[in-house]
Amino acid sequence: MASAALTPAPAPAPAPAPDARTVAHPPRERTSSWPLVDRVCYWLCWATGIGLCVIALAIVLFMLVKGIAYLRPSLFVESPAPSLHQSQSGGFRDPIVGTLVVTAIGTAIAAPMGVALAAWLSEYRRPAWLARSVESAVEMLAGVPSIVLAIFGLLVFSQGFLAFLSQGAAQGSLGESFFNAGIVMSLLALPLIVGATHEALAQVPDRLREASYALGKTRVTTIRSVLLPAIRPSIASGVVLGMGRIIGDTAIVTILLGATLKNEPVGHTPLLGALRGTGSTLTSYVYNNSPAGEGNAHEKAYAAAFVLLMIVLALNALVTRLSNGERPAGERGRALRALRLWPLGR
Amino acid sequence: MDPLMPPPIRRIALDREPNVAAPAAAPASNGAPRGPGGASLRAHRSRPASARVLERMRIDSVSLAYGANWVVRDVSLPVRQGEVLALIGASGSGKTTLLRSLNRLTEITTGAARSGAITIDGRDIHELEVNDLRRRVSMVFQQPNPFPMSIFDNVAYALAEQHIARGGRRRRRTPELARAVEDALRRAGLYEEVAEDLDRSALRLSGGQQQRLCIARALAAGPEVLLLDEPCSALDPISTATIEELIVGLRESVAIVIVTHNLQQAFRVADNVAFMHLGELVEYGPSAQVFERPARQRTRDYISGAFG
Amino acid sequence: MFGGAQQQPGARTGARSDQRAERTLGALAVTVLVLIALMAVTVLIKAWPSFSYNGLSWFGSGGDVDTQLRLMREGTPVGGHGLLYFRAWPLVWGTLLTTLLAVLLGLVISTLAAVFLTEFAPAPVRRVLDPVIRLLAAVPSVIYGLIGILALAPWINQHLISNARKQSVIYVVQLNGANLATATLILTVMILPIMVAISASALTAVPGAWREGSAALGVNRWRTIWRISLRTAWPAIAAATVLATARALGEAVMLAMVSGGRGFAANPLDGLTFLFEPVRPLAATIFQESEGLTIGPVAHTIYAMGAVLLVSATMLSLAGWAVKQPLKRYGIRA
Repeated sequence: MASAALTPAPAPAPAPAPDARTVAHPPRERTSSWPLVDRVCYWLCWATGIGLCVIALAIVLFMLVKGIAYLRPSLFVESPAPSLHQSQSGGFRDPIVGTLVVTAIGTAIAAPMGVALAAWLSEYRRPAWLARSVESAVEMLAGVPSIVLAIFGLLVFSQGFLAFLSQGAAQGSLGESFFNAGIVMSLLALPLIVGATHEALAQVPDRLREASYALGKTRVTTIRSVLLPAIRPSIASGVVLGMGRIIGDTAIVTILLGATLKNEPVGHTPLLGALRGTGSTLTSYVYNNSPAGEGNAHEKAYAAAFVLLMIVLALNALVTRLSNGERPAGERGRALRALRLWPLGR
Repeated sequence: MDPLMPPPIRRIALDREPNVAAPAAAPASNGAPRGPGGASLRAHRSRPASARVLERMRIDSVSLAYGANWVVRDVSLPVRQGEVLALIGASGSGKTTLLRSLNRLTEITTGAARSGAITIDGRDIHELEVNDLRRRVSMVFQQPNPFPMSIFDNVAYALAEQHIARGGRRRRRTPELARAVEDALRRAGLYEEVAEDLDRSALRLSGGQQQRLCIARALAAGPEVLLLDEPCSALDPISTATIEELIVGLRESVAIVIVTHNLQQAFRVADNVAFMHLGELVEYGPSAQVFERPARQRTRDYISGAFG
Repeated sequence: MFGGAQQQPGARTGARSDQRAERTLGALAVTVLVLIALMAVTVLIKAWPSFSYNGLSWFGSGGDVDTQLRLMREGTPVGGHGLLYFRAWPLVWGTLLTTLLAVLLGLVISTLAAVFLTEFAPAPVRRVLDPVIRLLAAVPSVIYGLIGILALAPWINQHLISNARKQSVIYVVQLNGANLATATLILTVMILPIMVAISASALTAVPGAWREGSAALGVNRWRTIWRISLRTAWPAIAAATVLATARALGEAVMLAMVSGGRGFAANPLDGLTFLFEPVRPLAATIFQESEGLTIGPVAHTIYAMGAVLLVSATMLSLAGWAVKQPLKRYGIRA
């Protein structure tokens, strides 16, 4: 009565016990009543979904089985040895080293360049025509096949004045070395790093920049000490994506690395000689040992492919972990995340 | 009671009359307006009761739960053609859930449980095929949601899909379809405004027009029951008034259930009012009675604005 | 979005370091731009002799491509023609076949898979399918090639190509497991992940109010997807298709391993056998002919192929940009 004016009504009577007709978790719309065409489409959707799982499972299991069958610890420490009995001799220590070196060079060039470029695109953007052109050029670069990048690299590095990067006389070199391969590889990774960093910078709220400028910081300092640290996970995931693309590439390696069985240094300087020399990576090793290449030792191809796959999957898991650290929210976030996680395209 | 003024705060000592849970008979009169007021609204309020009142759906001791929470407890109501039923109550009272259970939209959420029976023309709605049911019981949502198609395609959508579901082939604009679309647009009071270009994108219409388009779309397939979930809450007063007039006009041909948190709107539009609180049906009766002589204390408190 | 560029730092003392930084970074941007432009220009310049000698017939047919390349290396001109004589039609046709077939197949499968992923899949299946798709995207192309050449090709050779079929074309070409079918199948699997990802994200972005409205009108789930979700999401699916086409076009290594390596223009008039004929897409040809690449007529020819790929990739890039414009309506950045 009088209390009713200020307090809401008292709690209602306890709930009725559910009777026998209660249906928990009512069924989703039954497709049995749909017209035939709709039902067929429904089943096709299910078939493709399950089919994709089956295909992926088949690929992984196949590589697993073959890899474990042919993988020996000795493979990791022995160098490839030319011999008649390819299936017993030699290992892939050199290719593994080759992969690491090429990836390192490529990433070392692409990461700072990509981050700097993205920072310029995001924070400076002057003159505007230059910014738009650079953006379009980087997008185009993302779509260029790696084989075209490879032959372009060959063209450039076979010029005489660049012979110092590989073995070669002044009149022109073959243009094959770790340096050359690494430099062209950086073009592969560049669009991914620029894309990831640019997106992340666009997501940083303006108030961070305003606060920094209000404290009297220059734009450079703001970028260096405020913005870049804020987007570190995105940069990291972009870099790892780029690394993944580099590791998985075969075309550039075959054309620019000489595909010699062992890593052959040039000259006698220890590190530089090796980098100027030719060699192979896991990818070209797999290709060469497959029936398409010269070796035709498919056991080693399987073993190397298995190692390669494990490396790439580990990198992929790393990317997932890195980008789960910071999630842009909502529908757009989901779309961005889905697109950023693919090492192909952008 | 002056229809333009909100109900005054009342303090009545005792709660004498019993809980009116049984469905009310069609009231003899809707009550004469007292005091001054706008002519058109008074005209609405003094409209005669419908000649034919036909029970379309019956809600019978229905309880609904999401997970462990019982959102609706033991509600029984009739839904009649010729009358507008308004469900009123504060947020969380379960009125929207009850509304959505009438066309089985609650099934889309996993973990929803129910007990009790809802019947349409005597048949339990859960025995019908769900899409058949939804063609007979249409719904208009709070936010206007016209599809990204032309006005014509929007209104014709349900009809075209029905035709395809029955095995017909997809056809372009047949004369029957065009007539049905025009019919529906007229009933929704939108035809004059859009007639000159029915191929315009529906997304270009104003908010009120879009909502009327949604009503036309819901009416096009000739439903028996029309459910309205706070249809005017996103609209300006003029659109609201237009749609309220529409609703009153439609009640002859379609049973209407409207959920609203706007008490004045319920008063203007409804013939019968069901007040729900925390999932329970507190009071049900003719709107004049519920608003002017509420039987329960809680109803009185809600109407007088003590909570909400 | 690019608010950073509009903000102005306050202090005057930092202005000089800002100017320096801006000049440096601007120079970097110009360098990258020049580099990419240089790439296009040098490839085109190196390719020019081949185009200028052959004219538009470069794309035509005439003689056996493999023989022409071999003769170029040996330095003996094809009867009556110069060393640069080249008719690339079998290669172009092979590229078109593998790319278009893979993209079409991929479009259908990826749309169905995306619909499954977003609408029909129960939550546990969805949780499994997400990493599965990521996994498929991460596998390097040489591994796809390895599986193709060591597992799929022999299987197809054994079970799908009968001896009768082989006999029927033996006078023209030898059939084995490395053929159009194998190449297309594996290429489809390679481009599926990216298409599924983009399509799925576009389908999730369709406003729930529209889907609910359609359901409330008594339209079943599939028809709602067909008439509302897919209709709304098609620009994203088109953008994904363009991206996938670029990927398929540029695939060199996997195709070099499984497509057959014979510059043979697969003939659709052969009926079903057509699927089992070898093809030699442009990218694979470049990869296979990469020995001694910088000198002589072979170089010009190979660079001409590279130029064709480059121009195609650029046009696809433009097409992709054009198709993405309607996407901005839903706030999807693809």
